[in-house]
Amino acid sequence: MRVALFVTCVNDAVYPSTGIAVVKLLERLGVEVDFPPGQTCCGQPQFNTGYRRETEPLVRRMGRVFEGYDHVVTPSGSCAAMVRDNYPRIAHKGSDPQLQQVADTLVPRMYELTEFLVDVLGVTDVGAYFPHTVTYHPSCHGLRMLGLGERPRKLLEAVKGLELRDLPGAEECCGFGGTFAMKNSDVSAAMGEDKVRNAASTGAEVLCGADNSCLMHLDGLLHRQGAPQRALHLAEILASTEEEPLG
Amino acid sequence: MNTRETILTRIREAVAQAPEVPEPARDYLPSHTPNDPQTLVNLLAENLTDYRAIVHHTYEDTLPDLLNQLLSAHGTQSVLVPPGLPEHWLQASNAQQIEDSSTHTPHDLDTVDSVVTGCALAIAETGTLVLDASPDQGRRRITLIPDHHICIVRAPDQIVASLPQAMPRLDPTRPLTWISGPSATSDIELDRVEGVHGPRTLEVILLSSRSGD
Amino acid sequence: MSGTYLGMPSFPVAAREAVNNPTLRANLRHATHTIRAKRAVAVAELADWALLREAGKQIKDRTLRHLDTLLVELEEKVTAAGGVVHWAADAEEANRIVTELVVETGEREVVKVKSMATQEIGLNEALEAAGIAAYETDLAELIVQLGEDRPSHILVPAIHRNRGEIRDIFATTMGEWGRPAPDDLTDSPAALAEAARLHLREKFLRAKVGISGANFMVAETGTLVVLESEGNGRMCLTLPETLISVVGIEKVIPSWRDLEVFLQTLPRSSTAERMNPYTSTWTGTTDSDGPKAFHLVLLDNGRTATLADEVGRQALRCIRCSACLNVCPVYERAGGHAYGSVYPGPIGAILSPQLRGTQSDIDASLPYASSLCGACYEVCPVAIDIPEVLVHLREQVAEKGGKGHRLEKTAMKAAGWILNHPAALTAGERIASKTRALHPKTVPGASAWTDSRDLPALPEQPFRDWWKKNRT
Repeated sequence: MRVALFVTCVNDAVYPSTGIAVVKLLERLGVEVDFPPGQTCCGQPQFNTGYRRETEPLVRRMGRVFEGYDHVVTPSGSCAAMVRDNYPRIAHKGSDPQLQQVADTLVPRMYELTEFLVDVLGVTDVGAYFPHTVTYHPSCHGLRMLGLGERPRKLLEAVKGLELRDLPGAEECCGFGGTFAMKNSDVSAAMGEDKVRNAASTGAEVLCGADNSCLMHLDGLLHRQGAPQRALHLAEILASTEEEPLG
Repeated sequence: MNTRETILTRIREAVAQAPEVPEPARDYLPSHTPNDPQTLVNLLAENLTDYRAIVHHTYEDTLPDLLNQLLSAHGTQSVLVPPGLPEHWLQASNAQQIEDSSTHTPHDLDTVDSVVTGCALAIAETGTLVLDASPDQGRRRITLIPDHHICIVRAPDQIVASLPQAMPRLDPTRPLTWISGPSATSDIELDRVEGVHGPRTLEVILLSSRSGD
Repeated sequence: MSGTYLGMPSFPVAAREAVNNPTLRANLRHATHTIRAKRAVAVAELADWALLREAGKQIKDRTLRHLDTLLVELEEKVTAAGGVVHWAADAEEANRIVTELVVETGEREVVKVKSMATQEIGLNEALEAAGIAAYETDLAELIVQLGEDRPSHILVPAIHRNRGEIRDIFATTMGEWGRPAPDDLTDSPAALAEAARLHLREKFLRAKVGISGANFMVAETGTLVVLESEGNGRMCLTLPETLISVVGIEKVIPSWRDLEVFLQTLPRSSTAERMNPYTSTWTGTTDSDGPKAFHLVLLDNGRTATLADEVGRQALRCIRCSACLNVCPVYERAGGHAYGSVYPGPIGAILSPQLRGTQSDIDASLPYASSLCGACYEVCPVAIDIPEVLVHLREQVAEKGGKGHRLEKTAMKAAGWILNHPAALTAGERIASKTRALHPKTVPGASAWTDSRDLPALPEQPFRDWWKKNRT
């Protein structure tokens, strides 16, 4: 089984710890992971802001870079959904047959991390250890576009020492939304403030998510407010073990 | 080119390249309820009650007394009667009976206390009565202006389970009024409040035959 | 569409005001959360919801594909049943037709059933200009009209008002329009409904002309359908001598049977009821029951242009249930007025720019008034993929390169170049990481982010460097 990590541009530049966690987690589960260095960005920021044509070269690049791997795994529901839902649309609208080929071949091999763990590897207990209280925010693209359902919750529930607390209004958007966070910053911040208020009401030490872009927005709010809670990617919790606990 | 032709031409140009769309798949359920008469009667009563209609059960021979009781309890002095309502239904009532006619103005109807009608059909799953302006139901306005409406449903003959079962039994060329509970509004804070312009009291009599009748 | 909203500021500017209004925020939060929970319960009652949704979508898609034939069939059936059909290409023509019809009756006042189409064309203002008073009779519309306000929700136009505010509006203004509110009017919803009942009854009983829209028009029978709750619809549809219905051309459905789908999905999606209290259906005119004259005005007003867009045309499936508004986190905080249209919320964000075009600031900003969270698509009873259409419309706005988009396009192109050249990306990442101690906590020009949020601290090294050192 040849597995490639699509780390995503945000994780590469800002949250390398998430990418490292995915590598360690998958290796611990016996998966040989490769990181094709030609990868950059799936093109979601461009596409969702209305720059479809500017996205096309990135679609072709994604196709080239991940050619030949059985599975492509990414620790981002949003980027996985971009490939799965929007690459076929970009191919349909564009005139380049290569785009269609990428859509046809890459889409079925693209997995969000929790999908890969639960559906492909068939595990929910990954042998993790994380003795903290955690509340989980299911990001919209994972929740509604990918339909991740109970996968993240099952993985968290199996973590030794972890106490999972229900997040009120969990299914409501955090307000990040890519360039929405800039273009409609007042509404975005208002949504985020409600989300972190709900997260704080759980009393959990950690606000966990499976999308660092949402967490960047929420952590930015928490940090600004001086809140004790910290935001953490699911992969980092799953990578944490008794032998090598998360610092 | 007149506006009609302009619009039709714009439509034809707009969809000229669109692919053909097949007949819709109707994979939804014909009904959500077991087709058992007693179940349907109970479900209708339950759903009507849920939306604040007052439900009564009775038989042919006890109907006149029940109607008398209900009208008296409401303090009804005058009751509107559609032309085809069975005469004996109101034989026990002392209220003044006013047979509807097209000479009645809306203001005339506004002075009447109650109205008694039959119905064309009732739908159990949604708690809905359908009136089709047949002679035992009268003009649409008579069940609208008085503040108290008593509607008699023949159970189980006039009760169907679901919308899909109701549609083929209704005649769309007749003016239909579908009633699901008394007048209500959700316009204040999206909270439901009963009683605005239509009858604020809706009583439904489920009229059964005695077994063996 | 109506000129009422001309000169509206762009969405982010208008939304800022709402976000900072705590009363409005509380009103919207309370109302949308109430209905959200109820809708979920009402929908969960039907095991075949997904199949009803799919059927509704397919019926509407087939309708749109054959809209010309269905409208001609509808016209034929309505005419045969004693109605008169008029066609209006835009708001101006529709308003002219309706005004002339009212003038012909010799009446100076009309009663109105709540209708999105007549709001869209600004009919009340057109009638007023011709010296005709139009009385809104839906409770929420009455609140808006008496308060000289604008609607902010499709189903509940006064959703931005709480009971106390409604009491004050009734107490101070009802007397100017007719029967005043009782002196001891309280803010209980029942008392407010009673005041509306008394105020409007005198208008219903004397009305000679009624104006409505319609939820559905059945082509095969020529039947019009109006769903409502209060009974004001029945009053307007049955008591006057003349009834004029203004209906968007996309409201036609092929067959009587099709109603069995929408009468299941619409009430549950909008008011979370198994069935709304009253539904009226009528076909032309009926001797001695209801209006003697019936006029149907079929309205285009941007719909055929919307129909021509392969992706955008799905917006015409909309049955105006407003479930997307009630579930939308952006609507909940920005309020309906920020959308600058009678169609607020997610559906408005895709409908208004298509019906009106994207020339104005407000229309060009509407496709961006969403975090693309997808909650609207999930609840839509006719499966309109609103996020898909939003992104599609963003592309149209960006292509035009209007205000702010030229610079953005340059930036996107630059980013695109870097992202297509991994060596350049890596170099950039390394420089950023190495100089991370020098980065200020707030970045000039990025205040849209940093006004409320801190930026993340940059890592020592990008992931690709870790990989290179540790795994190759």
